[in-house]
Amino acid sequence: MKERLVVIGNGMAPGRALERLLESAPNAYDITIFNAEPRVNYDRIMLSPVLAGDKTFDQIVIHGDRWYVEHDITLYKGVAVIKIDRAAKTVTSAIGETVPYDKLIIATGSRPIIIPVPGANLPGVLTYRDLDDVDAMLLAAKSRGSAVIIGGGLLGLEAAAGLKEQGMDVTVVHLMPTLMERQLDTAAGHLLKKALEARGIRVLVKANTKAILGDKKVRAVQLEGGTELPADLVVMAVGIRPNSALASEAGLAVNRGIVVDETMRTSDRDIFALGECAEAHGVAYGLVAPLYEMANVVAAQLAGDALAKFVPPSTATKLKVTGINLYSAGDFADGKDREEIVLRDAARGNYRRLVLKDNKIIGAVMYGDTSDGPWFFDLLKRSVDIGEMRETLIFGQGYAGGIPLDPTAAVAALPDDAEVCGCNGVCKGKITSAITGLGLKSVDDVRAHTKASASCGSCTGLVEQLLKATLGDAYNPTAVQPICACSDLGHDDVRRLIVAKGLKSIPDLMQALEWKTSCGCAKCRPALNYYLLAIWPGEYEDDGQSRFINERIHANIQKDGTYSVVPRMWGGLTSARELRAIADVVEKFKIPTVKVTGGQRIDMLGVRKEDLPAVWADLNDAGMVSGAAYAKGLRTVKTCVGTDWCRFGTQDSTGLGVKIEKFMWGSWTPAKVKMAVSGCPRNCAEATCKDVGVICVDSGYDIHFAGAAGLDIKGTEVLGHVDSEDEVIEIIAALVQLYREQGRYLERIYKWAKRVGLDTIRQQVLEDRERRKALHDRFVYSQRFAQTDPWAERAGGKDAHEFAPLADLKMLEAAE
Amino acid sequence: MTIMKPVWIDIGKLDDIPVRGARVVKTAKGCVAVFRTADNEVYAIDDRCPHKGGPLSQGIVHGHSVTCPLHNWVIDLTTGMAQGADVGSVKTVPLKTEAGRLLLEANALWLARGE
Repeated sequence: MKERLVVIGNGMAPGRALERLLESAPNAYDITIFNAEPRVNYDRIMLSPVLAGDKTFDQIVIHGDRWYVEHDITLYKGVAVIKIDRAAKTVTSAIGETVPYDKLIIATGSRPIIIPVPGANLPGVLTYRDLDDVDAMLLAAKSRGSAVIIGGGLLGLEAAAGLKEQGMDVTVVHLMPTLMERQLDTAAGHLLKKALEARGIRVLVKANTKAILGDKKVRAVQLEGGTELPADLVVMAVGIRPNSALASEAGLAVNRGIVVDETMRTSDRDIFALGECAEAHGVAYGLVAPLYEMANVVAAQLAGDALAKFVPPSTATKLKVTGINLYSAGDFADGKDREEIVLRDAARGNYRRLVLKDNKIIGAVMYGDTSDGPWFFDLLKRSVDIGEMRETLIFGQGYAGGIPLDPTAAVAALPDDAEVCGCNGVCKGKITSAITGLGLKSVDDVRAHTKASASCGSCTGLVEQLLKATLGDAYNPTAVQPICACSDLGHDDVRRLIVAKGLKSIPDLMQALEWKTSCGCAKCRPALNYYLLAIWPGEYEDDGQSRFINERIHANIQKDGTYSVVPRMWGGLTSARELRAIADVVEKFKIPTVKVTGGQRIDMLGVRKEDLPAVWADLNDAGMVSGAAYAKGLRTVKTCVGTDWCRFGTQDSTGLGVKIEKFMWGSWTPAKVKMAVSGCPRNCAEATCKDVGVICVDSGYDIHFAGAAGLDIKGTEVLGHVDSEDEVIEIIAALVQLYREQGRYLERIYKWAKRVGLDTIRQQVLEDRERRKALHDRFVYSQRFAQTDPWAERAGGKDAHEFAPLADLKMLEAAE
Repeated sequence: MTIMKPVWIDIGKLDDIPVRGARVVKTAKGCVAVFRTADNEVYAIDDRCPHKGGPLSQGIVHGHSVTCPLHNWVIDLTTGMAQGADVGSVKTVPLKTEAGRLLLEANALWLARGE
């Protein structure tokens, strides 16, 4: 018969022990787990990302229900053990069940310390220990009120950052002069304090909590000296105390924690203790590395390896606050027999300190650039004599040995268990095996599959080097980015070859340029369709099936599959007739939402696809055409009222805007184009954040371009000054044509301009008159084939199949 | 015990669907999208992306896949499975062509995925 193993507690340490045990001796034990928390084993270290909203509980589960079923483990969720009877070798649970054991593991963890001040048990005072605490904090954070965190250690600061992220006003109260004094020295602690303050977190050091005030609920925290800090929520994170009561009642030797020997056995040979409740070598541990090492020893002992012994490993600490990088490992207290090497770069906020003893690293603290942390830690763990490289040691692995080392070799030298991504806890081995196993080629691939570098991004450089080290020459980030996975050619090459080889259809192009897929994909087909259309105006027949749905049916798809309809309002002008027609359409087709857009026109949202042609017909009847609000093409020309009405207007900005829009509508461009014309430098039309903008002045017109106000925000660049409206129009047409010929598909004007250079553009569309004229003429030519209202065509019956179902079987089920 | 026999319903002809395009068939349980690929294969799957319910019939058809118009998930038309790093699947409905006519299997329309 199998031996019976009972485990009290289901945290990370016993979880790891069982994993290891099942690997080495899968059928040795009948396993029963009692877990006082009502859930499966999850990654407690990741609670802070859950609090900050970066992760959900599901993402931090280590063993889901399925794992227990697959391994035939009996798991009691939410059931505590209240008694161990060592004579009878049984445990008794809170629900009265008595279960016998041959071997017992106590992994009862620890309790947060509650400092014994008046008011410590008021509602609103929490600790930070498990998911229930996180849930309670998230609930409290909804108030957007004030939170006081007592304790400036690792957990306290993570809680502070998380609550700040949730919108609370946060103050950290710390007893010691330095934050995280167990992991950081004074200098790094100071940098950390400044970084937290820069995020709007108030930090009070050398502050002793005297009382927590409030009647039915916490109201404030009172400090020694009388200061009162208003608080809707107080989180105590001042340390942990091993949970040893159960063991002590059973008569086991207990000191601060449950005393264990090197084999992790308690004073009873059949009872092991591990995790935060255990005390080994006189120390109760709290960081994950030693706890996992304990788990390995317990598993080995249970599997029959009597020689397995617990040796506390060196530990490294990282703060899991996105955007704050610090790394600390080993022992860095000052001492007579110790030396130190320090590097400071105040401007960049970098700080590094290595503590040496007998030419070996025994401690490292880093703030800011922590990329060499794993390397220093590796040297520390292996007790490497650093005499040879001492002079350049502090500069990190890149300079080890005095010669700048190939960074790829450096990253290749890291052990598989070296942590690369601190935010998501991804180690090197996981990344390299994903690269080879899944055939990953780029940083984006690695992000998608391993989450490494997917949060704060500070390890992106390391991930790139891992790609380089793993793939060798096959990784080439500087190579031309292929248009998509269907081809090795970049956008510019494709366009050049279309012209050079005279390619005039997508199938011809794919054949001639050796496309790797039968008919491309959703990335390349729209790009190819645009290039062919822009290069061969009047010759290439637009391929609707290669257009994104919005451009295929000339309306914007919404999240529920309905569409929005935006008619043109030239220069933002409308009339009673147009507004009446819009009102009628809205009522006739029961359109649920009507909204004014940022581009000075009206959006009708929630139109059913079948209704689109009829809606358009009615709008056409009132003289309106498609506003192309869906197009990679000219969207709006926003204007102010200019000399028509405004007492400050210097030119007819409305009239010029209407002229530009009437001239340019219908044109297809690599990405959307938004324009504006302001009648004076007060710039009411906001022309200086548009793709193309005109600011009217007394002496004429300033033409601007390459602004952005979306994902990026960027003021425009000045293209030049001209005297007449005709010149404005010619120059804008030349500019847009140059962009149509050079811009890569989906590349907005500001990105194109940055890539090719502002001066080149200025030279071609402003200074070189002949070039300007030629560009303008090519634009005018292509407009001959572009200015047909797509709504009128479809209201007239074109693409009717788009708007009607193939068949309607709705009655079918009713008949059955 | 009930024994199910396939029931094939005529929903139109192949040429009613544009090449590399799709049309929808309305049913009492939502729309089914009927796709025609570049090599004239036809497939019918639920017109709901497993991600956020986007109408797959409105996506770009490439190879034997479609890209959802809402967030660019790529669904394999032959299996209904999401491609790449995304995880999810759409119900497929048996469809055959006979003499240029498209025939959809009716019983499958009423079954939820996996039944």
